[in-house]
Amino acid sequence: MGLLKGLKDSISRATDRLFSEQEPKRIGIYGPPNAGKTTLANRIARDWTGDAIGTESHIPHETRRARRKEGVEIERNGKSVTIDIVDTPGVTTKVDYEEFTGEMEEDDAIRRSREATEGVAEAMHWLREDVDGVIYVLDSAEDPITQVNTMLIGIIESRDLPVLIFANKIDLDDASVKRIEDAFPQHKTVPLSAKEGDNMDEVYENIAEYFG
Amino acid sequence: MPKATNADDGDGPESPDGVQIDLISGERMEGMASMEKIRMILDGVHDGNIVILEEGLSPDEESRLIEVTMAEISPDEFNGIEIETYPKSSTGNSSILGRIMGNNESTKKLTVIGPANQIETLHKDETLISALVSRN
Ligand SMILES: Nc1nc2c(ncn2[C@@H]2O[C@H](COP(=O)(O)OP(=O)(O)OP(=O)(O)O)[C@@H](O)[C@H]2O)c(=O)[nH]1
Ligand SMILES: [Mg+2]
Repeated sequence: MGLLKGLKDSISRATDRLFSEQEPKRIGIYGPPNAGKTTLANRIARDWTGDAIGTESHIPHETRRARRKEGVEIERNGKSVTIDIVDTPGVTTKVDYEEFTGEMEEDDAIRRSREATEGVAEAMHWLREDVDGVIYVLDSAEDPITQVNTMLIGIIESRDLPVLIFANKIDLDDASVKRIEDAFPQHKTVPLSAKEGDNMDEVYENIAEYFG
Repeated sequence: MPKATNADDGDGPESPDGVQIDLISGERMEGMASMEKIRMILDGVHDGNIVILEEGLSPDEESRLIEVTMAEISPDEFNGIEIETYPKSSTGNSSILGRIMGNNESTKKLTVIGPANQIETLHKDETLISALVSRN
């Protein structure tokens, strides 16, 4: 019975999808290391599916493999979108394992940096081949005009991917959303705190509207 | 760097006090395939050189440059690159129309690339890129 019902549900989900022509969109969460990408991905996944995606850490390069959570259905104001969330490793042009040796053994630091470089390479590859839209996460307390951010936004634009900029960590004292808006005026910037859960309504509204 | 151990004279990349700068013209880059450009840049950077591209890279090439750089990072040998462009990659200007018209103006930006472990800061403002190269 459970099986039959499950089957029926999944068929009706499949047909719903067919009729609404809603293939799940692969939304890549990109941004520099430590911006709060995984914290955001976990919050979205928890809010809409109940479980998390990956581990968060104050040490950069915590995420070293892109992780995917499939079929997350987000609904706001009658608009709904089904997305596969892809949490990616923070993009950088350099990785020095010695930055981690204060936090861990040398062997682990070397392994962490090696995994980080593989993960960043993979994330760059995906950006060229495998995502339908991008959430670009920035730490509002940091200067947004860095070479990595400008290059990445340029790469995203050159592929004509829809992009939303998330100004994260607005709970911090030195956060400035305006600095981010001024840096990338051609894109919509949404302020939030992924950690505190601030302004998530606007976050979901924008996701549903923008990627729906 | 304490002292060059191999007595190779001439101004090779290993010369102890000098920093080699490769200034590569747009013309030179024009006939090259993306991967050739990236190879040339990274070969220069691996040798400790600062590579300056008169006309920069396309966004696609930049993304490949990051990808290949990541693949070549190796503990104690190569930490990756510093890169700066001038003027700032003209965000917003890369319109579909511009690209259809074959207007690749947006890729013509002076680009400075160097080895991350030797360049302490690549500082940039509206009119200047300055690289602080460590000599140790
Ligand atoms: N104050 C504050 N801290 C946050 C917020 N979001 C994330 N953080 C913290 O920032 C640090 C990095 O968060 P992560 O989610 O691991 O960052 P990430 O972008 O996934 O980092 P990498 O995977 O290393 O690229 C952690 O210590 C988080 O608790 C926020 O909204 N406010
Ligand atoms: Mg992460």
